[in-house]
Amino acid sequence: MSPEKGAGSSGPSKRTRDDLGFRIGTGVFALALVVIVAAIGFELAVRSMPSIRKFGLNFWRTSIWDPVSGEFGAAPFIWGTLFSSVVGLIIATPVALGIAVFIAELCPARLRQPLVFLTELLAAIPSIVYGVWGFFVLVPWVRAFEQSLPAWLKQVPLFSGPAYGVGMLAAALILATMVVPFTASVAREVLKSVPGAQREGAYALGATRFEAIRAALYYARTGIVGAIMLGFGRALGETMAVTMVIGNTPRISLSLLAPQYSMAAVLANEFSEAADPLYLSALIEIALVLFIITLIVNSLSRLLIWSMARPARAKAAEVVVPAEATAA
Amino acid sequence: MKTKMFAAAAAVAMTATLAAQSMRINGAGATFPAPIYTKWFSEYNKLHSNVEINYQAIGSGGGIQQLTSQTVFFGASDGPMTDMQLGAAPDKVMHFPTVLGGVVPVYKIPNVTGELKFTGAVLADIYLGKIAKWNDAAITKLNPGVNLPATDITVVHRSDGSGTTYIWADYLSKVSPEWKMKVGVSTAINWPAGVGGKGNDGVAGLVNQTPGSIGYVELIYAIQNKISYGTVQNAAGEFMKASLESVTAAAAGAAANMPADFRVSITNAPGKGVYPISSFTWLLLYQNPKDKAQAKTVNDFVKWALTDGQKFCADLGYAPLPQSVVQKEMTALAQIKVN
Repeated sequence: MSPEKGAGSSGPSKRTRDDLGFRIGTGVFALALVVIVAAIGFELAVRSMPSIRKFGLNFWRTSIWDPVSGEFGAAPFIWGTLFSSVVGLIIATPVALGIAVFIAELCPARLRQPLVFLTELLAAIPSIVYGVWGFFVLVPWVRAFEQSLPAWLKQVPLFSGPAYGVGMLAAALILATMVVPFTASVAREVLKSVPGAQREGAYALGATRFEAIRAALYYARTGIVGAIMLGFGRALGETMAVTMVIGNTPRISLSLLAPQYSMAAVLANEFSEAADPLYLSALIEIALVLFIITLIVNSLSRLLIWSMARPARAKAAEVVVPAEATAA
Repeated sequence: MKTKMFAAAAAVAMTATLAAQSMRINGAGATFPAPIYTKWFSEYNKLHSNVEINYQAIGSGGGIQQLTSQTVFFGASDGPMTDMQLGAAPDKVMHFPTVLGGVVPVYKIPNVTGELKFTGAVLADIYLGKIAKWNDAAITKLNPGVNLPATDITVVHRSDGSGTTYIWADYLSKVSPEWKMKVGVSTAINWPAGVGGKGNDGVAGLVNQTPGSIGYVELIYAIQNKISYGTVQNAAGEFMKASLESVTAAAAGAAANMPADFRVSITNAPGKGVYPISSFTWLLLYQNPKDKAQAKTVNDFVKWALTDGQKFCADLGYAPLPQSVVQKEMTALAQIKVN
């Protein structure tokens, strides 16, 4: 706004009028976004009322999902969504940060563009393609891996049970594959925007290359957390690829080998054939729960970034911007 | 020159009258019969170019809902509407069976190539998780001479709500009291055992890549993808392989006791040569529709589909209706108020 001021040759009145119109116009768009989010939440809440009235808080706590007898508990779906996303994130984060550091700091200039292009290409692949690849390629690998686990490891709850191939591990791996390019490209952007003075300062103090990179990572930490959270948001809502490899079994288990279920997957699977009003309402309540959980996760990540950004506000706050823009 | 112009004018006039009478009819529902319905609508359009029927395969549940809210003229479902669903509709809904489908057990067991024999009780116990090994006495007794391994059975079922699941569960609850009590019948159920694959291809894919697995798919799907499947013992005690003939025979066997509203399950049907896991799929029509012109057109179409249209069934892997059922439906069709 400020550079336009005073540069006007067409008179100040027109300028202010245009300015006002522009402000109102864009303001309406911004407001529309808030209204849409509120309307979605409202509609989901209204439509899930029959289920909320019938099951109350038990909907979040119980594990039986039986469309025949009309008994609905969403705990296994909530568990499956969170478990698969967290495990996926644990696998994806080091890989994504490694890629980001390599491209931003260590990579020979000639390799940089092709690598950037490839990570962005990976992010653009539709999730159904990941799903088909996961189903026909990844799942047999996972099955072979699960069968080769030594007996003592099978005693650990995390690796117990028969080797189906489809299950939590396959879901977490496919989620990790899908999340890596997102987290990596945002983290790379974040690292790129760390001022050169930071690195130069580190070198001037006698830091090694590794130490200088560590200093840059520390400087950019809010943006990095933003990049990871962006990946988490994507993992929570991922539907088609997960439903093809997770095993679609609503049973809570700590085991990575066990077939489980996620909220998005049960919606995709059962929505079209649900004719009974209570059944439909229960499915909509799952959508509401997913909506609420996504809201909580996003708010928490915002709080986290905000609290970290406060001490070194000036540059770091701007650094977060690309992550947020892509998330929206 | 003059004649040419006259012909052109006539053509324009004809198109105009056709356009005036042209009719668009919307329907929605089951995915299972969608290929044959699409074929019928395009063939019927070749005969009656003014009739354009648009079908959205959104699932049986969606079809029933849209019919009830009257956003479509007709619905289609793989399971008959329940009394509660009929009560929720604003007016009387009639069921018309259009074609038949069968569901077959598929399996993959290392070093077993032959055709396995199953009974309803064995299939139910496998899906209940009570028979957990391939060399269980209940299976080996039915298959003497087949060297069944001592491996675990991986049960594979549909994860999406589906008419195929409805037929499978309907059959199991007829042959197993325990299934009926513990699990029941619906398009989606609370599975006591196994893993879920999405769609027929999801189930077939999982069975194909998991040694020691069993699943169920539609007969059309097994035929078109050349998947081998087992035989199932029917109510008369024969081990039947699913085929278009044995599925049609199931409908013929049930025709004698057909209720007037055609809401009948023909799984485990009596009679010889019958494949026991068979089912109708239904078209749903209001008895007294508001739009009489559309009603007349749809009536004519259904008559054609039940007679001439049946010849397209076999190519697409559907079993045609037996004559006895078609005749009963013609009588019922006359009850629809078209004027």
